[in-house]
Amino acid sequence: MAKVTVDGIEVEVPNGASVLQAAELAGKEIPRFCYHDRLSVAGNCRMCLVEVEKSPKPVASCAFPVADGMVVKTDSPMVRQARRSVMEFLLINHPLDCPICDQGGECDLQDQSMGYGMDSSRYRESKRAVKDKNLGPLVKTVMTRCIQCTRCVRFAAEIAGVPELGATARGESMEIGTYVERALSSELSGNLIDICPVGALTSKPYAFVARPWELKKIDGIDVFDAVGCNIRIDTRGPEVLRILPRLNEDVNEEWLGDKSRFSVDGLKRRRLDRPWVRKDGKLVEASWQEAFQAVADQIKGRDGARLGAIVGDLCDAESMLALKDLMTALGSANLDCRQDGARLEAGRRDFYLFNTTIAGIEDADAILIIGSNPRREAPVLNARIRKRWLAGGIPIAALGVPADLTYPVQWIGQSPKALTDLRRGTEGFAQAMREAKRPMIIVGQGALRRADGADVLAAAWALAVACGAMSPDWHGFNVLQLAAARVAALDLGFLPGAGGKDVATMLAGGVDVLWLLGADEVDAAAIDPKTFVVYQGHHGDRGAARADVVLPGAAYTEKDGTYVNTEGRVQRSEFAVFPPGDAREDWRILRAFAETLGHRLPYDDLLSLRERMASIAPVFGRVGDLPRRGAVDLTPPAGDPEAVTDAPFQPAVVNYYQTDPISRASATMAACSATYYPALAEAAE
Amino acid sequence: MVDSMTRSDRDGAEPADFTFDAESEDKIAAILEKYPSGRQASAVLPLLDLAQRQMKRQSGSAWVPRAAMDAIATRLQMPPIRVYEVATFYFMFNTKPVGKWHLQVCTTTPCWLRGSDAVVDTCKRVTGIRQFGETSADGLFTMTEVECLGACVNAPILQVNDDFYEDMDAATTEKLLEALRQNAPPPPGSMSGRQASAPAGGPITLTALEFPESATPSGGE
Ligand code: SF4
Ligand code: FES
Ligand code: FES
Repeated sequence: MAKVTVDGIEVEVPNGASVLQAAELAGKEIPRFCYHDRLSVAGNCRMCLVEVEKSPKPVASCAFPVADGMVVKTDSPMVRQARRSVMEFLLINHPLDCPICDQGGECDLQDQSMGYGMDSSRYRESKRAVKDKNLGPLVKTVMTRCIQCTRCVRFAAEIAGVPELGATARGESMEIGTYVERALSSELSGNLIDICPVGALTSKPYAFVARPWELKKIDGIDVFDAVGCNIRIDTRGPEVLRILPRLNEDVNEEWLGDKSRFSVDGLKRRRLDRPWVRKDGKLVEASWQEAFQAVADQIKGRDGARLGAIVGDLCDAESMLALKDLMTALGSANLDCRQDGARLEAGRRDFYLFNTTIAGIEDADAILIIGSNPRREAPVLNARIRKRWLAGGIPIAALGVPADLTYPVQWIGQSPKALTDLRRGTEGFAQAMREAKRPMIIVGQGALRRADGADVLAAAWALAVACGAMSPDWHGFNVLQLAAARVAALDLGFLPGAGGKDVATMLAGGVDVLWLLGADEVDAAAIDPKTFVVYQGHHGDRGAARADVVLPGAAYTEKDGTYVNTEGRVQRSEFAVFPPGDAREDWRILRAFAETLGHRLPYDDLLSLRERMASIAPVFGRVGDLPRRGAVDLTPPAGDPEAVTDAPFQPAVVNYYQTDPISRASATMAACSATYYPALAEAAE
Repeated sequence: MVDSMTRSDRDGAEPADFTFDAESEDKIAAILEKYPSGRQASAVLPLLDLAQRQMKRQSGSAWVPRAAMDAIATRLQMPPIRVYEVATFYFMFNTKPVGKWHLQVCTTTPCWLRGSDAVVDTCKRVTGIRQFGETSADGLFTMTEVECLGACVNAPILQVNDDFYEDMDAATTEKLLEALRQNAPPPPGSMSGRQASAPAGGPITLTALEFPESATPSGGE
């Protein structure tokens, strides 16, 4: 530890820390452009200059290590003068086009120039202009504004793991770009927009849409994967204009995947804004009353065993519980949340959770990925694995379809058969797993959505036990969920009850009335033509197309909702805007409908609904934080580890950009698929 | 002068692919041996130079196409952009084709004070090139402005491909260019006739000493 005095305040910082970190600890804010806590230090903008006693010149605090007894001044006349000069230099080639720049109002350069800029420019010569670059459909560039801090270069190389950006040429000719003019091949590219301190990299779809001070900012939870990224929903009037990540060190740090960030336009397209009822084979507009009546006519007097419900991937826990309560009241045990037919085992929570936790990845020392491509299934979580890999000394192997995960991976097999070899120690990687102190096994949905899924799950569990991944203070068995709603549904027991039917049976005519709550990933065409389908949801997607009655619900930005991420972390998303037209909050729809049938669901407001949720599954009582778990009960899941077949794993996500009704409605996401998966786009035509 | 290094500028000239020939391969093996394993990326500069020389051999133009940078990236297991960065950083690598004779005129202060303007003007007049960076219509010459070549004692300097021609003025520049056109480059070194960087008009000290022949600049290839 070193004792450092910053502006008269004494702080203790670890040796090797930078002066900037010491100053921060002392509560002194240091202006910066190139420095970023999560990136390597470049020390090239010089904005962070401070005075260090006995040093003749100001020093760049971000790149200057502390020494014991150092005396630092962050606000002396020398410092102020030095920063003013730096600012003057930075502005020499900056276009000063703030009035037409989307970064205006949230620009570091603009903010700092308030403190250190001059009121007028002494520069009379001509400024340089730099050609804009094409980085794909998401990131807009105005490269003349670039101050060459190289944050974007470092982000791409270090965090995103796609070293495609660089600084070419030098001096006045230096430019940031890819040199070859191509779209950045990263699912995390939107973060470049946040990380660029100026308006050089801004959001293409959001260009010229709004000014930051016009926006209302609401805390939300992302639903496009099961990571549960914390987001900020920016709205103006009735519209969601953009979505940004919100800091949560345990979940997403400060990152967000592109689908989660850029699908916002999908919230305005193909929306269900009024109830519809099928008459003579055609859906016609209806009132809520008519719609409820049409459904009630089908349900009344029908045997509960002939009613069924399936919940989709984006549902909030509240509406799922309301639906479950309704079905139970009607005497039906035909409930399911596994649209994809994943052989999840709900017997115990640690059979379906990412037990190590996302932050826990950083403590792992060997990783085996089974039937998953985390880069496509959970890009932010994948960035955590990459972060761990960057820290060094970790062997990573995977079973499945070989892909570039942004870190080196040993692909040791295409089918679950290799699990047997790993368990017996005959596969080379078994050694690494055994030697590791905290090995991690990640089971993806690609491994579970197959006939022998339960056996693969059991085999993975057995391997975890065999290689010492399970101890009272380390739980190395992880299921990487894909659907934001899945864990909450499992926690609430949204599964076939005693004698209940599962998704496949329900679709195949096992029920007469099928209630789809946002369930768009089931094969709607496979639903028995005689089945009466009620679709409750927000988008006119696959489910609504097959429905006999459509009940318009709310998207995730339009309701107060509880979501449980793949780790089992309970998080709450807040209401941001009203659902369009006649659409309503989903649990209220269900409650109102129950009443038309004469069943009162035992809650009148959100609070009592949430109380009931916590009483059914106590996990819902603990919001936000999540204790690290150890493995206490080693009783294995039901499957037979020996029964795994050698059928190769199939990818769970083929097209990252279009996986759900919202992203399928988004024009931005369509543009991304066309850019990044040209082969898929062609096949679709 | 902002030289935007985008594809479009170079399109047309860009070869579809690039493979090192046997002569380069021999040298690559020797170069890679100098670096510990895992540190092959250090060889990026010598390999870029090899590629440029190979292009000169094969096409008559000493430049590094992108295909060559990609080949180097693959060979050294580094991201292509890291090679692009290095190749575009150093002025000695030409990322566009150049003429057979690459005229690199030093215009830094000492050379400028000693008359580099006359050299530049003569180059322009004789070759028809209008500005730095251009290649003459006959494809023989490309003129580039360079910073101090470290030979200021013999300012001004005109570097042609790898060779320094020193003590240039308008007349010697014109003569040199004519000779290059005839494909008969004179031996490099001072064009004013002085010995190396000894005083013009001959030595004024140590005049009694005999200089062995080998002490004069070699002047050869
Ligand atoms: S584009 Fe932005 S982040 Fe990248 S170097 Fe320029 S100013 Fe920095
Ligand atoms: S923040 Fe320290 S030099 Fe840029
Ligand atoms: S200034 Fe021309 S060689 Fe030094």
